Amino acid sequence: MGSSTSLVPKSVTAAINAHGFGYFGCPHTFGQVGYRLKRTEQYIRVKPDNSSVVTDGVKHSMNPFCEIAVEEAVKLKEKKLIKEVVAVSCGPQQVQETIRTALAMGADRGIHVEVTGKDYETLGPLQVSKIMAALAKKEEAQLVILGKQAIDDDCNQTGQMTAALLDWPQGTFASELSLEGDKIKVVREIDGGLETIKINTPAVVTADLRLNTPRYATLPNIMKAKKKKIANVKPADLGVDITSRLEVLRVDEPPQRQAGMKVETVDDLVGKLKEAGMV
Amino acid sequence: MLYQKKNQLTSWLYDYSGSSCLPDSLLMSHSFSLAALDSVLSAFRSICGEDSVSLGEAVREQHGKDESVHRCCPPDVVLFPHCVEEVSALAKVCHNHRLPIIPFGTGTGLEGGVGAVEGGVCFSLRNMDQVLDLHQEDFDVTVEPGVTRKALNAYLRDTGLWFPVDPGADASLCGMAATSASGTNAVRYGTMRENVLNLEVVLADGTIIHTAGKGRRPRKTSAGYNLTNLIVGSEGTLGIITKTTLRLYGIPEAMVSAVCSFPSVQAAVDSTVQILQAGVPIARIEFLDDVMIDACNRFSSLSYPVTPTLFLEFHGSERSLEEQVNTTEDITQSNGGSDFQWARDTETRNRLWKARHDAWYAALALRPGCKAYATDVCVPLSRLPQIIVETKEDLIENRLTGPIAGHVGDGNFHCLMVVDPSDPEEQHRVHLFTERLARRALAMDGTCTGEHGVGLGKRALLREEMGHMAIQVMQSLKDALDPKNLMNPGKILQPREL
Repeated sequence: MGSSTSLVPKSVTAAINAHGFGYFGCPHTFGQVGYRLKRTEQYIRVKPDNSSVVTDGVKHSMNPFCEIAVEEAVKLKEKKLIKEVVAVSCGPQQVQETIRTALAMGADRGIHVEVTGKDYETLGPLQVSKIMAALAKKEEAQLVILGKQAIDDDCNQTGQMTAALLDWPQGTFASELSLEGDKIKVVREIDGGLETIKINTPAVVTADLRLNTPRYATLPNIMKAKKKKIANVKPADLGVDITSRLEVLRVDEPPQRQAGMKVETVDDLVGKLKEAGMV
Repeated sequence: MLYQKKNQLTSWLYDYSGSSCLPDSLLMSHSFSLAALDSVLSAFRSICGEDSVSLGEAVREQHGKDESVHRCCPPDVVLFPHCVEEVSALAKVCHNHRLPIIPFGTGTGLEGGVGAVEGGVCFSLRNMDQVLDLHQEDFDVTVEPGVTRKALNAYLRDTGLWFPVDPGADASLCGMAATSASGTNAVRYGTMRENVLNLEVVLADGTIIHTAGKGRRPRKTSAGYNLTNLIVGSEGTLGIITKTTLRLYGIPEAMVSAVCSFPSVQAAVDSTVQILQAGVPIARIEFLDDVMIDACNRFSSLSYPVTPTLFLEFHGSERSLEEQVNTTEDITQSNGGSDFQWARDTETRNRLWKARHDAWYAALALRPGCKAYATDVCVPLSRLPQIIVETKEDLIENRLTGPIAGHVGDGNFHCLMVVDPSDPEEQHRVHLFTERLARRALAMDGTCTGEHGVGLGKRALLREEMGHMAIQVMQSLKDALDPKNLMNPGKILQPREL
């Protein structure tokens, strides 16, 4: 990127969802080939009052798609296509750990948007995208990269809503990203295959699984990350109202698997299926 | 007992059809009365719960085999305990009723270690899957048997630490301790023997011990007998491992992989020796012979020159990597090695090493429809060229398909024997070949098993390797810890002449 007429993206904001995704001890949540699926019971249990899941004592880590987003941002910086990577996360004190991981991966500084208690429990994509939009304007970001969805709620909404609030173009489900002058070429994973689009900057991009393989934070980098700054901000400071318009009525576990039944002949099978009203 | 006590060394290859030596019910095999059987099962159920006791045929068969060629020997019942107290209580029941106990991790072993050759009770430990007690500053962590090495490394990723012993399969870490597993990284990070600090073990009679003292995790000690390393590699014959405390390492700041071809096996191995002598802290140094490279080229559509090849990996800081790579390149070139093909970022490194990772499948693809068996011997480095050359001659002379891949930094190599399961004559030739290979290694001051363990198939070879007196000592230890011979019977030590 050397041309004097092109726009050099100044800063990339990567939004990390440290939105309390429970670590199942279950490698399949990282979606990588070659990991074994955990076979037995989950760690995640629904609270007795069916209001939500139990999060105490459950290990929390950065959402895998957010890791991919951070990795992509860091890669762009290493290629000298962008100047600065800012990692953002919304939540209570603990999200600082997640921001530090992003800093250890190569982000330059962090912003912790403090949301605690009841507010945090009801924090959803709409509020987060309002926060992200406000921050993107404040920081004059040229590119906002998020994970395509969080694996605890699977909403897949924040990136799209952020783009809408900013009236910026969006490249979602990105499996390839390249900067071409003042435009961004995004290859998107869609049901029918791959779609390539070119969008203007500033823009919002959401990262899909095959965009890259996130690096591990190494000890020396974790040490260096301790010296990087994390700014503290409240939603009110950004003029954002985070009251939720949604009310969660109930959370239930999936029904227990029932024992199967053996039958001797195909006729028996058809008979049983008819009894159960399935044919 | 319906299982015939054939000569263990010859029987395994003759049952490729996978027909299980399905032992009959506990009734027949252990002279149980119906009432006693009932009381044993209800004792199990009351200890670990109805759902955790399985008599189902499919479950038993799944727990009677691993990834070796040994036929399936299902246990009579499979238990799924949840904690060490349950393991201990269940072991007591088995002890009282003289039932064999077979611990089961992930079933990824390569020597038939989980086969219930005398029937009995399989303790499947997969429910005990917690990562306990991580101490980042002390570089140690304690895990339960259900935690596999990939799961642990995923858990650790935010900490900058990892557990580098990599046997290929995603094995249970306690299982790796039980078999003293090793892998491609051993040349730099060691094997399980060097990396297990403490074990919690349940003995045959239910006693729970901590081999280095409960909760202790100093990096070194000279306190008492080394019980930890007695249990490491004991393949479930001395006790059930229910916790292991492991030594962790910092994730390397950067990694570089390289591939280099050589005009001869000698040149490749000479380079290896010189690289180690030069003090290069090389992380992986893998050898593939020409047959293996050819197979890999075909399988992965690559175009490496079809000659002995070394796959190398370096770990370290940016600056130290530069030095390591330069020193190594000087050495390889002075031995006639080709130019390095090398890679720095994850995706390219993976592509470069894809050949090595897919070696098993590439070997299988040489002869579709066949099965594969990996031999595993280890000799002092200086003898490696000779043994590989003699082994290749043996393969050609006996018309066998056996591409070679090895961890030459340790003097350890594997012949991936590709065999037609419906051809008993070929199987017999393979069997004789593997015996000759093991004896060749023994004759060169080596061992009949570098990584895979003794299990069922190498008991006689172990005898030859150790000599009569050492085997006697092993037998005495076994008698002391497990006088009723309930812990994984039929493995490591041959049955005594009565």
